Amino acid sequence: MIMKIIVPIKRVVDYNVKVRVKSDKSGVETANVKMSMNPFDEIAVEEAIRLREAGKAQEILVITIGTSAAQETLRTGLALGADRAIHVETASALEPINVAKILKKVVDQEKAGLIIMGKQAIDDDSNQTGQMLAALLDWPQATFASKVELSGDQANVTREIDGGLETVTLTMPAVITTDLRLNEPRYVTLPNIMKAKKKPLDTIPADSFNLDFDPRHQILEVSEPPERGSGIVVESVEQLVDKLKNEAKVIQ
Amino acid sequence: MTDYVAPTKDMNFLLEEVIGLDHICELPGYGEVSPDVIKAVLEEGARFSGDVLDPINQSGDREGVHLAGDVVHSALGFKQAYAKFCESGWVSVANDEQWGGQGLPRVLSGQLSEMWNAACMSFCLCPMLSAGVVHALSRHGTDQQKSTYLPNLVSGRWTGTMQLTEPQAGSDLSGVRTSAVKKGEHYLITGSKIYITWGEHDMTDNIIHLVLARTPDAPPGVKGISLFIVPKFLVNADGSLGERNDVKCVSIEKKLGIHASPTCVMAFGDNGGARGFLVGEENFGLQYMFTMMNFARLEVGIEGLAIADRSYQRAANYAKQRTQGKSLDNPKIGDKVAIIDHPDVRRMLMTMKSQVEAMRALCTLACAHLDHALLNPDKDKKDFHQAMFDLLTPVVKGWCTEQSVEIASIGIQVHGGMGFIEETGAAQYLRDARITPIYEGTTGIQANDLIGRKISYEGGRTINILLKEMASFLTDLNNHTDEKSIASIASEFSQALDSLKESVDWLVTTFPLDKRKAFAGSVSFLKLMGIVSGGWLSAKSALSAHKILSEDKGDEEFLSAKIVTAQYYAEHILPTSHVLKKEIIIGSGSILALANSQF
Repeated sequence: MIMKIIVPIKRVVDYNVKVRVKSDKSGVETANVKMSMNPFDEIAVEEAIRLREAGKAQEILVITIGTSAAQETLRTGLALGADRAIHVETASALEPINVAKILKKVVDQEKAGLIIMGKQAIDDDSNQTGQMLAALLDWPQATFASKVELSGDQANVTREIDGGLETVTLTMPAVITTDLRLNEPRYVTLPNIMKAKKKPLDTIPADSFNLDFDPRHQILEVSEPPERGSGIVVESVEQLVDKLKNEAKVIQ
Repeated sequence: MTDYVAPTKDMNFLLEEVIGLDHICELPGYGEVSPDVIKAVLEEGARFSGDVLDPINQSGDREGVHLAGDVVHSALGFKQAYAKFCESGWVSVANDEQWGGQGLPRVLSGQLSEMWNAACMSFCLCPMLSAGVVHALSRHGTDQQKSTYLPNLVSGRWTGTMQLTEPQAGSDLSGVRTSAVKKGEHYLITGSKIYITWGEHDMTDNIIHLVLARTPDAPPGVKGISLFIVPKFLVNADGSLGERNDVKCVSIEKKLGIHASPTCVMAFGDNGGARGFLVGEENFGLQYMFTMMNFARLEVGIEGLAIADRSYQRAANYAKQRTQGKSLDNPKIGDKVAIIDHPDVRRMLMTMKSQVEAMRALCTLACAHLDHALLNPDKDKKDFHQAMFDLLTPVVKGWCTEQSVEIASIGIQVHGGMGFIEETGAAQYLRDARITPIYEGTTGIQANDLIGRKISYEGGRTINILLKEMASFLTDLNNHTDEKSIASIASEFSQALDSLKESVDWLVTTFPLDKRKAFAGSVSFLKLMGIVSGGWLSAKSALSAHKILSEDKGDEEFLSAKIVTAQYYAEHILPTSHVLKKEIIIGSGSILALANSQF
């Protein structure tokens, strides 16, 4: 049995919200916008809970990094069924490498047996943190998991890859990142929302890790996708072929 | 298809800025409730209503329910949705913790109720009735009855029904004929009941019916009616289900709306008598029923609000997508515009939006009074809040449901021809809304209750306290009239308040002298009260929004809309108060004059 599963979770703009770009094009608008847990992370929390329910794990710890508002997302994780939460507090926007470094520090302290996390966050779609964390920890990793089975210190993970499925066996401790079809997260129940309030939530200032958070990238501009123009009616098949070849360049 | 999005932003705003959630959280018994918990619960409720209940609404309407033998089959997906609803703990939000409930405030359960109803009204009638049964049994049942029935009703494992109506006993229950004959420990019930919502279904193993019936030597009229528990399956001493009781559904009604909610004709005693267990004492049945009547009426008012908002949401989405005609500013060039750009479509949407928000504020206020009435430790305050809740209940029930029908009709109008086509979904709201001004006491009954029991019999005591509160708010509002919108709101509200005051004075003087004259204007009075109370709360919302904005805080888009919405309400809805005042004060003559033969 694994003593502890760590599930890092991220607070993102809710997937139902139509994202708007800030007027100065520096990023997307997040003020007064509905935020919720990254859907892939929800799948990760659900998987951890199922492992615990199956007697394969003992404790689930959810971690997030962000402002105090991010505690709401941790409470959701606790209401779903996590046992404990850690909030690493910072107001800076961190890149995946910085997130991975912070997570490594926490994992070192907490001695987790398994990390399950979303394959990517739906806001920046980076798909890097899990891989970077595995590298920093020097742990094996299985990304895009659609099935997870544990036996002894082995994890058998089915991965969604181009054109099919691949099954890999890892020796734990390991990092697993979740794909959409791994499970269907449960609904938070009302009694569990009430219980979540009493579960332990510790806050650690990000500065206390003495890490360098300087960004590696510079955002030049964030803009909305161009609006789709209106279509045209072509005169003949020849004209269609010509346009597909020379204007759209989709056939040769 | 547009999905239902629960208006959590508005709900949170009302709780925090208008109603005073802090005071409710401080009530003894709500120890574990804090604003952040409330927020989290609302978010989850929103998610559940949109993801689980909304998808079965239109399909349920099309499919309806089917009676085969004496089994009622619910529409596709209802059984699974009900199981999820119970698993998630939504059945038991406001119920007593002693029986497995969550003991959360009524302001919260009221807002959740709006979500369930907006997402799928047919569905949520079932748990709503169970809650009514829980309410009645926890107040009037014996300890043994409570422990036998309450845990399973509170968890949702069983559902409940309320069986009052018979063909000859509708609004007037004195005509109830179903009989109950004592036989040892229990009674044998024979007779039939109609209009029994969710009287039979396949979603749970057992159904607990609460039935009004008459014992052989009972006095005639309403003072001879007793209340009985009649379980579909008798419950053994160890809690397991025993024999099938002699009660069954013999037919289901074909209705204008709420198609997925079975409306049953129930037969008792075809095989010698259904076993019934007396609640409380004989002949007090109607009194027990009345203790939960206000609660049920509040719920139906919330149904009205819910359908109105659902209808508004769909209309607003459609108006943003549907392109027809060109911009008035630039008719010669440019593409077609979305119909929301046309002034009259905006007027319709504002009529819907402004009233929906006012109704939500009124429903939330009524629930807040109920919370205090139930739990305030100070006896005087408790009584005051109970009186306020009693006063507002017929207004919530009558006004919100009447407006719901009108708003759902406007919702169809926004859609144009497509609104008349069932596929669009807008028509279902009108059909579903149409029952709300009828059941749990028609608007006429509500209005009579309002002007009689709630106002005139106490000489207008409670309503005059409310009027004073509105007047003192007006003073506050008048201090902010440097803002143009607030000035317009203050001016219209002040005039509307005068109309209400004059009408109350007229009513309190006229009622004892000429009841027919007073009752002739009762529905006009109920509407007047709804409109002015709604205007008061809408203005309160605007003033809070104005104050937050002037400190450069808050969500600008949401708060500025609050002010404009209140302004629309003040300029377009509040002025009808003057017409209603005339109807009340000078309009009774022509209502009463004709001989019956002249109709």
